[in-house]
Amino acid sequence: MASPGIQAATHRRKDIPMRLTLHQRQIIWAYVFMSVALVFFVVIRWYPTILAFNVSFRDWNVFEGSGPWVGLENYQEIWQDAGKPRSSVTAAFSNTVRYVLFGVPTQLVLALAIALLLAQIRRLSALYRVAYFAPYVTSAVAVAFVWNWLYQPETGLINQALDIVGLPQQPFTKSPSQALPSITAVAVWQNLGFAVIIFLAGIQQIPAHYYEAARIDGANAWQLFWRITLPLLNPIIVYLTVLGTISYLRLFALVQNMSPQGTGGPLKSTTTVVLEVYREGFSSYKMGYAGALTVLLFFLILLITIIQLRFFSRRVEY
Amino acid sequence: MATSADIGNSGALQNIDRFSPARGKGSRRFGWPLLLAYLLLTIGGICMVTPFFWMILTSVKPPPELVNFSFFPENPTLQNYSNVLNTSSFERWYLNSIIVATISTVSVVFFDTLVGYTLNKFNFPGKNIIFIGMLGTLMIPTEMLIIPWFTMSVNWSWHIGYAQYWGIAFPGVITAAGIFLMRQFFDGVPNELLDAARIDGMNEFGIWWRIAAPLVKPAIAALAIFNFIGNWNAYLWPLILANSREFYTLPVGLSFFRGESTTHWERIMTAASLASIPLLIIFLVFQRQIIRGIALTGLKG
Repeated sequence: MASPGIQAATHRRKDIPMRLTLHQRQIIWAYVFMSVALVFFVVIRWYPTILAFNVSFRDWNVFEGSGPWVGLENYQEIWQDAGKPRSSVTAAFSNTVRYVLFGVPTQLVLALAIALLLAQIRRLSALYRVAYFAPYVTSAVAVAFVWNWLYQPETGLINQALDIVGLPQQPFTKSPSQALPSITAVAVWQNLGFAVIIFLAGIQQIPAHYYEAARIDGANAWQLFWRITLPLLNPIIVYLTVLGTISYLRLFALVQNMSPQGTGGPLKSTTTVVLEVYREGFSSYKMGYAGALTVLLFFLILLITIIQLRFFSRRVEY
Repeated sequence: MATSADIGNSGALQNIDRFSPARGKGSRRFGWPLLLAYLLLTIGGICMVTPFFWMILTSVKPPPELVNFSFFPENPTLQNYSNVLNTSSFERWYLNSIIVATISTVSVVFFDTLVGYTLNKFNFPGKNIIFIGMLGTLMIPTEMLIIPWFTMSVNWSWHIGYAQYWGIAFPGVITAAGIFLMRQFFDGVPNELLDAARIDGMNEFGIWWRIAAPLVKPAIAALAIFNFIGNWNAYLWPLILANSREFYTLPVGLSFFRGESTTHWERIMTAASLASIPLLIIFLVFQRQIIRGIALTGLKG
């Protein structure tokens, strides 16, 4: 890379020390360019990560920035709470898993179906993409309120529509059994557009001659989908599964703004891990306990991501 | 892959907007399969946009019309808007959101592009460790960092007064995902071009600022738009950090606003419209770039 010509050019300049070669100067420039970012990642990302583990072993007082070491007590407390019937922690973890299990497959299947349809059409395609994507750029808080209003008993649009077609009204977020699926539906509605766009881009990257060749061999539309489209979309399916799972594991804004008083009710039926972190840490100021919950969330995300990458990643070559 | 100077027009980017005609049955026979596709997409599309229309329609209805059900307002009014604007601090929340989103977007565009460029075009000792060290932070959920961040903010008094703007913005002023993205895009900038500038005696900062960065403008635009939207909608951290009403961002203010007007749905929908319409307009204006950018980052990542 350092050709003699360039070195000769640099040696002629007076303001640069003669001893430095081009490569050495490049090293200095590289570190100058990265200096602010390096400080940022150490101070704002890695140090707090270590501090987060530290907090989880202490009876942390956030306003003093310290607290006595209590070892595993916070974790033991979580474990004991998890043993109690109807505790918030148990509800939080089991609900969070249910959000993932309901939300991620629904989102992927719907998004794939919509992307396949969108790949068929030419006219108005941009209009449909805008319509499907709009919720994704809207604040989750605004989305939560709009759906609260849609779900409202008596006056809400959905219950009015049910009335018109002669079906019984539904309580949606007001009932412990319907609240979690109702909020999951909103999360799917909001995140669907993202998956649609990624799937569509993936479908459009599949070379057309694969389909032509298969059709000449007599394959029908069903076989084209199962034998060509789906296997070639595998990396995208893995990517969207991992990303979707992480986003459902971190669900907070929708739940906080759709449950009564933001408590994850009714009867803890919608609370999530992050909502409990917020409540324990920033309402009850049990920072150590909340910190231990976030550490558990971290390991949960890590574990699920590794499992998904292991089991779903298959290389497909054609 | 892309050797042409205009990275925005190369490879995957074009395919996204193009429809390859040999695909699917619909393109050959304009019969019922195509019609069915349109029908299903329209039904789905109506489900997607109805909540927005319902929000806006409700916001222009006088309160009695909410009880006597009618889809369209009979006597549309902007009274709700003046009520909400007069009784809450929406103007201030707009300002706060604009300030916070702008601080972080300007910073992210500058630093993510610079660091992405450095990691792509420079060779230096420790490069791999630094790259892994930055990328590794993507594994750490931000929820795990909020207690440490809050502790640090209290320590350095970033949670009081005007420092709150910085307090809300600081976790997002540089992003690992953005650095990674920009590093990929600088692949398309030919090294010969940079060497030529070096021979001409341009310094390294000038080479990045005047030559390399302008060549990846489409990617920078996408990065800026996503980042602005992401920060505009950020909720958990601003909720924790902002401790007085005057420093709430829009989502936080909106959330507290509901607490104050529990059953006045016309007012809540007005507030929700106020919070979401500006961003929906930005989205409609930049929809091509945003959707392209999303598709690109998804395929690259």
